[in-house]
Amino acid sequence: MKKPLLELTDVSLSYHTPAGETDALSHISFQVPKGSFIAIVGPSGCGKSTILNLICGLLKPEEGQILLNGTSLPEKPEHIGYMLQKDHLFEWRSVYKNILLGLETQKRITPKKKAYIDRLMVTYGLDSFRKARPSQLSGGMRQRAALIRTLALEPELLLLDEPFSALDYQTRLQVSDDIGTIIRREGKTAVLVTHDISEAISMADTVIVLTRRPARVKTIIDIDLGLAERTPLSSRNAPLFKTYFNQIWEELNSHA
Amino acid sequence: MHDSVHVSAAQEKYMKARKREHCLIRAARAVLFLAFLSLWEISARFSWIDSFIFSSPSRIAETLIDMTLHHQLLTHVAVTLYETLVSFALVTLLSLAAAILLWSSARLAQILEPYLVVLNSLPKSALAPLLIVWLGARPATIIVAGMSVALFGAVINLCTGFHEVDEEKLKLIYTFGGNRKDAFCKVVLPSSVPLLFSVMKVNIGLCLVGIVIGEFISSRQGLGHLIIYGSQVFKMDWLILSIFLLCLMAMALYAVIGGAERLYRKRF
Repeated sequence: MKKPLLELTDVSLSYHTPAGETDALSHISFQVPKGSFIAIVGPSGCGKSTILNLICGLLKPEEGQILLNGTSLPEKPEHIGYMLQKDHLFEWRSVYKNILLGLETQKRITPKKKAYIDRLMVTYGLDSFRKARPSQLSGGMRQRAALIRTLALEPELLLLDEPFSALDYQTRLQVSDDIGTIIRREGKTAVLVTHDISEAISMADTVIVLTRRPARVKTIIDIDLGLAERTPLSSRNAPLFKTYFNQIWEELNSHA
Repeated sequence: MHDSVHVSAAQEKYMKARKREHCLIRAARAVLFLAFLSLWEISARFSWIDSFIFSSPSRIAETLIDMTLHHQLLTHVAVTLYETLVSFALVTLLSLAAAILLWSSARLAQILEPYLVVLNSLPKSALAPLLIVWLGARPATIIVAGMSVALFGAVINLCTGFHEVDEEKLKLIYTFGGNRKDAFCKVVLPSSVPLLFSVMKVNIGLCLVGIVIGEFISSRQGLGHLIIYGSQVFKMDWLILSIFLLCLMAMALYAVIGGAERLYRKRF
């Protein structure tokens, strides 16, 4: 067993509003080994995104602890890249300036980083759109630009919060294949949150199933589709895909 | 690329119809203006209206030349323009600074909200006599009067606009480890530029209103002074000419900001 990059132990959190207290997470524990791809699935509104907000330090857990590389989370989440549901490319910046945004905010723009970004933009077909406005890109290309913006930070850990949910089905399949392949090729560790079971199985090594609110870890399923060269699309065609789908479906729908 | 070189007949027809529509609208505007002037002139010539009270385009043209030569009309115009521009510049800077302050502290914004609402809905002309007594009959008083009309509305509009920025876009900056200042400089300010221009367009008009109110009450110079003086000595030509010049000034100032906005859009 590889040493975990990220470790959550007994993490609980409640939301407080004037209307009352809502338990969002209850004693969540799991580990993310370096280089793995974890998917978290659960009923909508169960607090999946809350887990990502905790990992990247936007929220603090009320109970339990979160360790990154065996130490508690740093004040600035510089080792963590977060991809939100929408690409949020800013129309008042060129595509290239959008990609620089993260580094610019962290004041870490160096020639070496710029060269890395250039390489990513060439490899992933955005080089000729450096000066373009985001509105000139297709949905898939926008998502790729958002991913490069995140990868530019060279994060040890990538958090993906339903990053394909704003896309139409066709684009969504292409983009998740695209992004999944890029993340594997760049050797990144990733945590994906989704309510789409197929998406989770096709991209992840391990699927964590959550219960309804307050979310607990229902079960953790390792995905082994018996494929030598895995891509999200080839995974969808694997014979074992359906078996995993049914298993997760049952876990999500049984309230035992 | 291919499409932009080869234009189909239908597209060409559409573009032509569009151009014709634009020309028609421009022509209609000009005709309306000329018709109004002619009707006014004719009514005065045939004594359908009393040209002593209602003046006439030709009398106004004569007054324009006469006043430019003998009554320092240009100085009056320059004074009003100068006061308006100074108060506009101050309103823009102060309202932006105040809105940034209110955005950065939600608590302060909550505390000050009722005061802003009251100050904004207060008829500012009521303040003018007070300002004269407090600050004296000087150009600075008139500039403050001009600012008082626009300032509070501008603060409220900017502040509301700043708060309407997509929370998720701010979250993006926070996920990079950015602070509230980063969020403001990289998201709130650039996304509020269209709002800034629309607030400025409103402000320039309101500043002009405030300046004229100020000049009514206390000044020896400016178009507001000419209007009051004209009404007191019953020189209606002076009065109507001044109103006409105010119209022109308002249009020109608005157009300058509109031009700046177009320039900005082109660049970004």
